[in-house]
Amino acid sequence: MVTLTMDGRKIEAPEGATLLKAANSANIEIPQLCSNEELEHYGACRLCVVEITHKNRTRIVASCIYEVAEGLEVNTRSERVLNVRKLVIELLLARNPRHPSLLKIAEDLGVKKSRFEAEIKGCILCGQCIRTCREVVGVSAIGYEGRGINKRVATPFEESPPDCIACGSCHFVCPVDVIPMKEKDGVRNIWKTDFPLQKCESCGRYFAPVKQLEYFREQYNLPPEQFSKCTHCR
Amino acid sequence: MKKIKTLEELEQFRKEIQAQRDPKKTVISICAGTGCLALGSKKIAGAIKEEIQSQGLSLKVELSAIKETGCPGFCERGPIVVIYPEGTCYLGVTVEDVPEIVSKTIANNEIIERLVYKDPDTKERVVKDSEIPFYKKQQRYLLGKNNFIDSKSIEDYIRLGGYSALAKALSAMKPDEVIQEVIDADLRGRGGGGFPAGWKWHSTRNAEGDPKYVICNADEGDPGAFMDRALLEGNPHSVLEGMIIGAYAIGSRDGYIYVRNEYPLAVTNATLALDQAREFGLLGENILGSGFGFDIKIMRGGGAFVCGESSALFASLEGRSGEPRAKYIHATDKGLWDKPTSLNNVETWANVPLIINKGAKWYNGIGTEGSKGTKIFSLVGKISNTGLVEVPMGITLREIIYDIGGGVPGGKKFKAVQTGGPSGGCIPAKHLDTPVDFDELTKLGSMMGSGGMIVMDENNCMVDVANYFLKFLEEESCGKCTPCREGILQMRKILDLITSGEGKEEDLDTLEWMGQAIIDGSLCALGGSAPNPVITTMRYFRDEYEAHIRDKKCPAGVCKALIKFSIDPENCTGCHLCARICPVEAATGEKKEIHTIDDDICIKCRACYEVCKFDAIKIM
Repeated sequence: MVTLTMDGRKIEAPEGATLLKAANSANIEIPQLCSNEELEHYGACRLCVVEITHKNRTRIVASCIYEVAEGLEVNTRSERVLNVRKLVIELLLARNPRHPSLLKIAEDLGVKKSRFEAEIKGCILCGQCIRTCREVVGVSAIGYEGRGINKRVATPFEESPPDCIACGSCHFVCPVDVIPMKEKDGVRNIWKTDFPLQKCESCGRYFAPVKQLEYFREQYNLPPEQFSKCTHCR
Repeated sequence: MKKIKTLEELEQFRKEIQAQRDPKKTVISICAGTGCLALGSKKIAGAIKEEIQSQGLSLKVELSAIKETGCPGFCERGPIVVIYPEGTCYLGVTVEDVPEIVSKTIANNEIIERLVYKDPDTKERVVKDSEIPFYKKQQRYLLGKNNFIDSKSIEDYIRLGGYSALAKALSAMKPDEVIQEVIDADLRGRGGGGFPAGWKWHSTRNAEGDPKYVICNADEGDPGAFMDRALLEGNPHSVLEGMIIGAYAIGSRDGYIYVRNEYPLAVTNATLALDQAREFGLLGENILGSGFGFDIKIMRGGGAFVCGESSALFASLEGRSGEPRAKYIHATDKGLWDKPTSLNNVETWANVPLIINKGAKWYNGIGTEGSKGTKIFSLVGKISNTGLVEVPMGITLREIIYDIGGGVPGGKKFKAVQTGGPSGGCIPAKHLDTPVDFDELTKLGSMMGSGGMIVMDENNCMVDVANYFLKFLEEESCGKCTPCREGILQMRKILDLITSGEGKEEDLDTLEWMGQAIIDGSLCALGGSAPNPVITTMRYFRDEYEAHIRDKKCPAGVCKALIKFSIDPENCTGCHLCARICPVEAATGEKKEIHTIDDDICIKCRACYEVCKFDAIKIM
C-alpha cells in the first residue's frame, strides 16, 4: 500500500492502482468516458485529468493511467483541471449535444451549454467498442478509420464485418448509445448486417447469435450440441 | 571489398584510400541534394563528366574526383558546384555553363566572374565558398563534410576519418565511458525535446529488459524543415556511426532508422550505406573484431506528422497505426515492443562521432551554459539566403537572419521568425538579439524544436500564419484525444471567423482559455504544443488580431475578406500589365489610360499587385 494525498485527504491505495481507481475507492468522483476496468489503459477522453505535484513539479495527468506513488499530492479539482474538463465536455457536446451521460457531466461541471456550434456525429471516439471487441471478445471486428477530426469507428472497408460474431458488446459498452442493435424474427441486426439467432431446442426462444455460439464452441473446443438450449432450459 | 576485421585493418584501409588521392589534384563537388537535383544538378554532373572527357582532361580530373555530394546548405543559389582544392564556388550553375567551367576553371584555373557570389551590398565578388558571408559565421562540423563526400561512397567517408570514432569507442572505451563522455558533452536531443542524450542512454543501459533498441528518428515533418534530410541524404554514414557507438554504449544489438517515405533519396542513400557498412564489417557480428554485434533496419513511415512523436513512432514500427500513448513510463524503460529503447533524432546521432573523436571537453566548449555544440537550422520564408545553416548554440537570431541569411529580401520589413516547427512560436523583432538555445527560446514562448526557422515580413498576416499552422496540425492530429482532435478544430474555426471579418471581441479570451486547456489536457506533445502559434502571435501581435476584429482590417493585406485592391491614379501609367495578368478580367482599362479594378469581380489573387512596376496597385 502507498499513501498519497488527494484533495487534501490522506488516502491509501494498493501499489499499481491508477489515481482514478484510488479516487473512486476514496469516494472522490472523477468524470470519465473512455476508461473501463475490463480494458487496457487508454487515456483518450481526457475528462479524468488531475493535477499532481511530485518532487515540487506540478503537472496535469490522466488519472485513468497514472499510477499512485508514495507521497504524491493530487488535486482533482484545481482550476487547471476544471478548465480542461470544461473544454473537453464542451467539445464533446458539439459532437453529441443530447446524450444524458454527457449532459450530466456538463451539469456537474457547471457547463450550461457548449460554446461550439454542434456538428452532430454522435460517437465521441472513446474507443470502448473497438477495445472491447479486441481485448475482451477477441475478434477485432471493428476499428478506426481515418485520423484527426475525420476519425471514426468503422467496419473493414465499410462492409459487413466478416469477423463480427454479433455479440453486441460494442453496443452495450458504448457510453453514448450510438451503436444500434435490433432483434426481430430470430435475426439480430448490428453493423448493418443481419445475424441469425439460435432457437432453443426446448422452449423455442431465440437466445444468442449463431455466430457467437460457434465462436465459443471453437474457442473452448466444445461439442456441436453445446448451446442447443438456452440458459433457462439447460 | 573484403571485411575489415580489426582496427588495424581499418586504419590500413584508410591510409590506402588516402594515398590514392593527391590533395593537390582537382576535385569537383556538385550538390546532389534534393533541392539542387530538382534544379537539374544530375544533368550538370553528367555534362561535367562528358566535357572533361571531350576536352581531354581525364588525366587531370579522375572520374572519382567528380562527386555528387550532399547538400552544402546554400539552397537559395543552387545548383552549386565547388572546385577544390581552391574552393572556387559557382552558384546557380546551368548545363550551358559547363563547357566554360571545364575549359576555363578546370583546365586553366580561370575564374568565371558571373558564376561566383556577388555581395548584394558591396557588389564585391567572392570566389571561395568559405569566404561567402552565408558560410562565414557558420561552424559546420556536421554539414561541412557534405561538400567532400560523395553521398553514395563509404570510401569518401572513411577517407575523411569516418568510423574512427567507432574504432576508438570499441577499442579504448568501456560502454559506461562512452555514455559518460556523451553526458559530459551535454549533448541535448536535436529532435525538439532537448533531453540530454547521455542520460537517455544511461537509463536505457540500466533498464531491465532484453533486447534493447536504438532508433534513429528521421520522421522530419515540420513544414519548411529539411535538416535531417540533408544529413541522411548527404552523409548517412555519420548517422550510422553514431548509432553503432550508441548501441555499443547501451548494449543493443538491434537498431532501426524510421524515415519518412517522402524522403526517397534519404531512404536510398541510407539503405546503400547500410549495405556498405555490412560489407565492410562495420555492421553485423563481431564489429572490427570487438566481439560486439549490431545491425540496423530501415523502416519507412507513411508520412503522418504524429509518427515523429516517440510513442506513435513505436506504434508505427510495431505495425499498428501511429497513435501516441500516455508516457508516464519512459521509453528508456518501455519503448519499442515494451523494451528499453533509446530514440534519438538524426542530428543527435550525427553529433556522436564528433564527441567521441574530439572529446566532451571540446564539444561543450561550443555553445551556451545550457545548450552545447552546434545546431542546424533550415532558414526559410522571407529570407534572402534560403538554406541550411549550422551555427554554434548561443548565436543570436539576428546574426542568423541578417549576417548569414542576408535579411529580408525586397527591402521589406522583418516581422517575426517562427522557430520550433508548426507548434513553435512566432518571435517578434524586439527579441532578435536573443541567443538561440533550448531554454532561451522556451522563455519566449517558442521552442528549439528540430530546427525549422521560418522568417516572416510585413506582408505576412500573423492571424493568417497562426491559422495556417493550426490547419496543418488539425490535419495531422491522430484524433485519439479530445482536446487535440476537437480543440484544434474549434480554435481554427474561430481564427477562420476572425480572418473573414466575423470575429468577436470575446474570441481572444476564448482562444487564450482554450489554448491553455488544450496544452494541459492533450495526450501527447502534438496537442500539447499545438496552440503555441496562436498564443505567441496573440502575445506579440495582439494589435493585428484586434484590427481584424474591431476594424475589420487586415493590416498586412493578406486576409481576402478584409482587403480591397484598387489602382492609385497618381501612379498608374496605363501599362496594361495588370489587365493582362488578371485571370478574371477585374482589372481593366485602355492602354496609356488609368486602369481600374472591379471589386465585385476581383478574386484577390494578388497577381496585379505582384506584377505592377509602378506601385499603383494598393491594398486597402
